[in-house]
This record gives sequence, C-alpha cells and structure tokens, in this order.
Amino acid sequence: MSLRRFILKRILSIIPILFGVSLITFALVHLTPGDPIDQMVGVNPHVTASDEAQLRDRYGLNRPLWEQYGVWMGNVLTGDFGQVYSNGRDVSAVIMMRLPETIALGIFGWVFGLAIAIPTGIYAAVKKGQLADDASRFIALSGISIPNFWLGLMLILIGAVTLSLWPVLPPSRQPLYHPYMLWYLVLPGITIGTAAAASIMRVMRTSMAEELNKEYVTAARAKGLPEQTVILKHVLRNSLISVVTLAATLTASIVAGSVVVEVVFNWPGLGRELINAINGREINLIMAITLFTGVFIIIANLIADILYAVLDPRIRYD
Amino acid sequence: MTNERTTSTERGRIRISGFDPERVTEREPLSGWTEETGGETQSRWKRAFTRFKRNRTALIGLSVVGLLTLLTVFARPIVIMGVTVQPFGLAPHDPGTILYMQDPSISTWDAPSWAHPMGVDGNGRDMFSRVLYGGRYSISIGFVVVALTASFGLIYGAISGYYGGWTDEIMMRVVDTIYAFPGLILALIVIATLGRGYWQLVLAFSLFGWVTYGRLIRGEVLKIKENEYVLAAKALGARDRSIIFRHIAPNAMPPLIVLASLNIGTVVIGVAALGFLGLGMPPGSAEWGTMLDQTRDTLIQPPGGSIPWWATVYPGAAIFLFVMAMNMIGDGINDALDAQETGVEQQGGG
Repeated sequence: MSLRRFILKRILSIIPILFGVSLITFALVHLTPGDPIDQMVGVNPHVTASDEAQLRDRYGLNRPLWEQYGVWMGNVLTGDFGQVYSNGRDVSAVIMMRLPETIALGIFGWVFGLAIAIPTGIYAAVKKGQLADDASRFIALSGISIPNFWLGLMLILIGAVTLSLWPVLPPSRQPLYHPYMLWYLVLPGITIGTAAAASIMRVMRTSMAEELNKEYVTAARAKGLPEQTVILKHVLRNSLISVVTLAATLTASIVAGSVVVEVVFNWPGLGRELINAINGREINLIMAITLFTGVFIIIANLIADILYAVLDPRIRYD
Repeated sequence: MTNERTTSTERGRIRISGFDPERVTEREPLSGWTEETGGETQSRWKRAFTRFKRNRTALIGLSVVGLLTLLTVFARPIVIMGVTVQPFGLAPHDPGTILYMQDPSISTWDAPSWAHPMGVDGNGRDMFSRVLYGGRYSISIGFVVVALTASFGLIYGAISGYYGGWTDEIMMRVVDTIYAFPGLILALIVIATLGRGYWQLVLAFSLFGWVTYGRLIRGEVLKIKENEYVLAAKALGARDRSIIFRHIAPNAMPPLIVLASLNIGTVVIGVAALGFLGLGMPPGSAEWGTMLDQTRDTLIQPPGGSIPWWATVYPGAAIFLFVMAMNMIGDGINDALDAQETGVEQQGGG
C-alpha cells in the first residue's frame, strides 16, 4: 500500500470513531437522573409544575432520548452547540473564549517537556550505567509518579508563597499575551509538562541506548566522525521517531492534566470550565467540551500516525 | 505419562507435551528428560522471579508498598458487621474526631508537634491519623480497579484477537472510540452522573479503564495464535474456549501483568485527582486527594496569616510515595519479564 493510500484510509477510519465519540458523550451525560431544569427549580421555590414543563419544552428536554441525540447531532454538525442554561450564552462562544488559554498552557507544557527531556535523555543514554544515568532515571520515575495537582500546589507553596517570585493567582483582566500572564504561565506550564518530560526522558534513554548499539553507529565512528556528530545527527534522528509515537498519548495526558492544573492555578481555560459545567449541571457545555476533547485527541492520533509513517520508511501499513 | 491417559475417549489421540503448565507440574518429579522440554513453561515465572529478586529498586518499591498497606490496614480497627476483624489501631485518633471538642488546648491548624506529627487540619482533626487511614481508599480502589479492568480487558482482547474478522473489527472500533477520551475526563463525567462515593469511584475508573488491556491483549493474541501449539490444540479438537483460556491467555500474561502493575499508580493518582476536584469521596473523607481539596484555599488566603503547609505537604507526599513505589515494582516486573521474553539476561540497570 502506498503512503498516500495509507493516509487516506487512516483518515476515513476516523469517521465511525467520531460517530462513536458523539454517542458516548451524549449517553454519558443523559443517563443521569435529573436535568438542568431540576437544578434551576431546586433553587427557586416559586416555579410551578407548568413552568417546569414549559422550560423542558423550550430546551427540548421532554422528547425521547434518541430524538434529542438527533437534534443535538444535527446542530453540532452545523456548529451550534446550544446554550449555557444559566446565562443564555452560546456554548461555542464560551469554548472559543477558553480554548486559547488551554492551548497556551498545552504548548508551554510540551515545550517545557521537550526542552527538559531530550537533552537529559541523550545524556543518560550516553552515560548509561553511570551515576548521571541513575540520577536521571530516578528523576524521570519521580516525574511520572508525582500527582500533578500536588506538584502544582507545591510549586505555589514554594515559588509563589515562600519565594514570592510568582503571583498566587493569575493577573485578572489581562490578555493572554501580556507579559504578566506569560510569566504566570510558567508554574502551570511546568506542572503540566512534568509528566510529559518524564515519559519522553524514559523513552529517549531507551531508544538512544538501543540505537547506539547498532552497526551504523560503529560505521560512522569508524569513518572518523566526531562523537558529537554521531550522536546528535545520526542517533538522535532515529531515536526521535519513538518520541513521535508517544506524542499522541502525551497530548491526551496533557489534555486530561489541563483539567486538574487549571483548577489548581485558577487558569481560565477549558478544563476549569468543564469542572464548573459539571458542578452546575450544564449539559450542553459538558457535552461540547467532552466532544471537543475526543475529536482533538482523534486528530492528534491521526497526525502522529501519519508523521510516524512519513518519518520511518520501514513501517508496514496494514 | 501413561497414568494420565485414563478416559477411553482419548484413545488414539496424539498427546502434545511441553505447552501445558498444569501437566508439566505433575510430571516434573517423575522423570528426568521432561525437564528440558516441559521445564521451559514451568520455570519461566520462576526465572522472572529470580531476576526480580535481584532488582534492588523493585525490592525497595515492594517494601514501601507493603509497609504503607500494613500501616493503613492497622491504622484503625476494622469491624465488619459487628465482628472486629482487625483490633489494632496505630493511628492515635479516629480520622473523623474533632480534637478541640475533647481537648480545648488544641485549635485548628495547629503546627506539627510530638503529639500531632503532621499537625492539625482546618477542622481540628489529627493529620497523621488521617494520612494513615486515607491509604485505605486510594490503595484499595487502585487494586480493585486494576483487577476488574485487567480481567475484563483480558477476556475482551482474547475474544477479539482470537476470532478476528468482523467480531474483531467491531470490538476494536469500540476500543478506539473509548480511547479517544482521556480516562480522567470520562471518570469525571461518570462521577458527575453517579455522585461521589467509594463504589462510584471504582465504577468510574473501571467502566472505560479496560480498553488499554483489551488492546494490548488483542495484539498479543494475534501473535500467539500463530504458534504451532495452538494449531495442534485445534487439530486435536479442543473447543475455542479451552484454546483461549488454556493455551492463549496464559501466554499473554506477562505484558498484562506489567501493564497492570504500572496502572495501579495511575488509578491511585486519578482517584486522588477526582478527590481534589471535589468529585471523589464525599467531602470530609480522609482520602488523600479529598484532603488536599480543602487545603488549596489556605495557600491563597492563609488562615490567621500563616500558611498551614503541613496540610498540603503530607497527604500529597503519601500519594507520591505510594505511586513511586508502585512504579518501581512495575519497572522491576517489566525488566524481569521482558528479559525473559527475549531470552536476554539483564544487562545491569535495565
């Protein structure tokens, strides 16, 4: 199978998955006893039964579930995610407002992860079995074992409270690109990037060590290339392929991590919005954010697969 | 060998030896020659165990997990249906006891001291007792969830991989779909639906957590079913169920065990994260994550001007310690079994 056919087939294969993702999203949220109307009525004793019925009718909550799914799906396909019940705003507008914040956090996390992990991974592989290697392995293991929300709390405790280097809360009403915001982004960025950094470090070390044992390395050394060129040009390039395979998984973990980290740092992104939506039983918002996450991860996987196929000509497509 | 051929239905059938661990164990002491052919399967786990025993990091992990588990079991007496199963109480106070009600000299947010090694929390409860006791939730949920998801994933993946074709296609589409969501977000929504609580947490992490195992086992089964012994079993007229569970599943165990051991830590962190978000155990529970939920605000607005750092540091350190030790065990099992698979002896450090 040619590369182009593989890519095409892979793109087509996500269609049933997208359908399944929408079904799971809808089912999870709607199998709940109670709906947002109950929530609204719960706080207001003056609402009568007929008012309730009217509200349900208005939001289409009294129709059979499959019909609600059809209507929701139809609207989603035209880009309409419904409204936030409590304030009547468009869900898509809320997402568009929160998304850049989460993307900024995610990118910062990724950059931090790569910047830490690749040099350390190389160093550990070159010094395999020595003290530096042991130390870096211990750090990597700690990095994957530390609960991210606790790491965030500790960073606040040390960096913001004790050393006063950072503000404790994000500067309010500042645009994202404002220097204050970028500076504040450092702590949540480190928090979210640590697990990724640790995973990449482990993978880098293993794959580098494996590559270093291959014959082309001996050949490159034999023809008199400086060690630096051998490692940074030949070995590194081949080891990075294994990082690409990890990319999709790590993106998913960063997306999940953003929920927790945004709550810790009070960062106004999608993750914090999801928790607020869950607490306020904002069905439309929960569904939209969940669906968004699912689609995002599917696309991340797709890109990682294609990138992998392009980078490594040895893999077989099937 | 002949003493096993008892039933008449087996007459004329070829007996294949060397693939069935149960029979091998029986034959072992009887004769010398089976050692080489039959010993392979039997000693595979033994050799992995020997390798594991030599791994110092893994042993440290094992002792830390063991110690934490013992501490939490013996933290407070356990009474099941009026019968005291475990009478010891290492923790000086009940995790729910509000101390200033009994002793007016204690106030909320008392700093660590000899009487309260981890300080007192915002409700006047002894942190040390709460941290010890809190392991019960996290550790037990971790093990229960992994047991449930690994078993279900094993069956699911084995069926999918063994039958192939359309069954496989549909079953794997389901896995792909669930895979598109981060487990934590699914668990969040399940808890939002079911409400907080112990079994709700177990369900939240089990409901979709099996897909990783399902996918892994399917891949293994695809490889294993190409082996001659599977063909032989089929030729001998073995039923599908017996082929899957007697011949295929046992050989797919090593990667499953590695994944399971590394997964316990992930589940424990997940449970704590939900607790931290206020969607785990009911508020006020002595669960590690739930305890941290109540302390976040103290960093931003310190009660009485000084920050009760102990309330944030200790519960999180407990989670970290447990997960770290669990991952050390997981890495150790991985090294022990992985070296087994490839037949390569451990090359220092692994």
